Amino acid sequence: MNALINRLRHQPWIWSFLAAALVWIVTVTWLRGQGAGEILTAALSFATFSIIVGLGQMMVITTGPGNVDLSIPATITLAGVVAMKVMDTDNARLLIGILAALGVSLLAGIFNYALIRLLRMPPIIATLSSSFLILSTAISYGRGIRIKPPPMLDDFATFRLTGIPVATLFVLAVSFVMALVLRRTVYGRSVLAIGQNPRAAWLAGLKVDGVRFATYVLSGFLSGVCGIVLSGFSGGAALDMGEEFLLSSIAVVVIGGTSVAGGKANVPGIWGAALFLFLLVTMLNTFHASAGIRLIMTGLIIIAVIVIAGGDEQR
Amino acid sequence: MIGRRFLRQALPFLSLAVVLAAIFFVQPRTMSYFGLNLMLQYAVPIALATIAQMFVITVNDLDLSIGPFVGLVGSIAATLLYDDPVLGMAALLACIAAYGAVGALIHSRNLPSIVVTLGLSFVWLGISVLILPTPGGNAPGWLKWLMAVQIPLVPFPIVAAIIIGGAVQLALMYSSFGVIARGAGGNPRALARAGWSMLWTKVAMYSLAGFFGVLSGLSLLGLTTSADAHVADRYTLYSIAGVILGGGEFIGGRVSPMGAVVGALTLALAGSFLIFLRISPDWQIGAQGAILIVVLALRAAVTLGEARR
Repeated sequence: MNALINRLRHQPWIWSFLAAALVWIVTVTWLRGQGAGEILTAALSFATFSIIVGLGQMMVITTGPGNVDLSIPATITLAGVVAMKVMDTDNARLLIGILAALGVSLLAGIFNYALIRLLRMPPIIATLSSSFLILSTAISYGRGIRIKPPPMLDDFATFRLTGIPVATLFVLAVSFVMALVLRRTVYGRSVLAIGQNPRAAWLAGLKVDGVRFATYVLSGFLSGVCGIVLSGFSGGAALDMGEEFLLSSIAVVVIGGTSVAGGKANVPGIWGAALFLFLLVTMLNTFHASAGIRLIMTGLIIIAVIVIAGGDEQR
Repeated sequence: MIGRRFLRQALPFLSLAVVLAAIFFVQPRTMSYFGLNLMLQYAVPIALATIAQMFVITVNDLDLSIGPFVGLVGSIAATLLYDDPVLGMAALLACIAAYGAVGALIHSRNLPSIVVTLGLSFVWLGISVLILPTPGGNAPGWLKWLMAVQIPLVPFPIVAAIIIGGAVQLALMYSSFGVIARGAGGNPRALARAGWSMLWTKVAMYSLAGFFGVLSGLSLLGLTTSADAHVADRYTLYSIAGVILGGGEFIGGRVSPMGAVVGALTLALAGSFLIFLRISPDWQIGAQGAILIVVLALRAAVTLGEARR
């Protein structure tokens, strides 16, 4: 038993799950057990979106210090807008809409890496400036019209199987694939190796450029997936639909135990962190805290988690 | 290679000159005392926030909370400082101290600055919302007076930019403290072995960032005359872009204070330029991204030789 606890204690993802469980227990106790299941279901459906983009952000951050994708919110918005406009509420156009939306998000990823590689821009600035261009494209293409999703997409995004959202099961499958990719494929091992020491990885003959390229494209692709499902979930695309994911995509990755210094990724942690962030907001809402107090508590608790979980080991 | 290095350092100034020339060309009436004053007045708070960001970048960290912090300073100044100067000053000093404490926390626990400052941005925003739930408040009279000062011949924002950039340039590039601070970004371990306290260096740099954040918030309030918690949310990204446009780098303590101020001016002017061009509002943000890309592409072309050494 002690050995098990000791092993668990050293898993980087355990802290985010513990934090999520703690917040859930406090909330449920406060409500005297009412709505315990509903809260979990809601957390699972809302966490889905930050998990999808978190997986992409995780791969990007793992390729080493300074690597981060700030264009995720803009890509989500563009994919959502393109999907809704191409589908035009017609079930028959579902597939072509999905392909179009994924196409533009792949292009966004390619553009990002082109800026980083060809213009030698730091990734933060490259993805920031490209996000401006992507957002403008979305604004200009969308023209502010809110188009409803086709019924089939709506059903997929909101359907629940015995209380568990189908979209969540879908993301669970994606997460398993990503965990496998990370551990068992040449690409995944290369991402880790490059994050630990890009020069050593290059000297060992890894295709550093190709792997980094694939990583930024993957992040764009997953943002596209998020944009499509999110617009199905929230009844259409909106120009500010991606906004909250700038912070949350980074937060779930780092709270989940992925190292910001690169070279260490953690898929389960993203789940714990995404659930934690949503449950935290729910808890503060049930306390009827004012908006100001809610913001302050969110910030302080994020800092507290990183102080408890992070730090020491990187020395 | 001296030529290239010179070109690299001159590039921020060249970019500013090009943007300025383009504005004069499109709208010749801006080429006046009044026109420059109007276009550049909002560059002052941005430049101050950029300097704040630069101090944090010098020690290899990144501050994602500077925008909400500037908003918080505005909220405090428009309420507490207006009603009770002593209490207001104490609150602003506490803000600076909080910044220093964050620096100490990040250093002593070896935390990722991105996440800590991300959390902090919520805290600053929360406190602003508590102090000032809806936009409002009043700027203290002296602040309004200061930001409306008319200097003969040269517009106030230009004088302010030169003073800010020059003072920080002197402090960071030519003082022994500045050398240690930049060294803390270049090779912290070497400096720690040489007996310098990295903890205090970080605390000092974060406190300086807090101090300039306060100045940024005050100057912004002097211009807007009433406060809003969200008024400066974009400053976080502006300040990072300004430091990089000015020739700074994220890692290694390579920064340029004068360049950072010039980078902030370029960003502020780029906004005006786009308005004069009458670009469709849909593409305003996109064009700003394009300008960033063009300037950095130029830098890449210039520094290509340096990188290949």
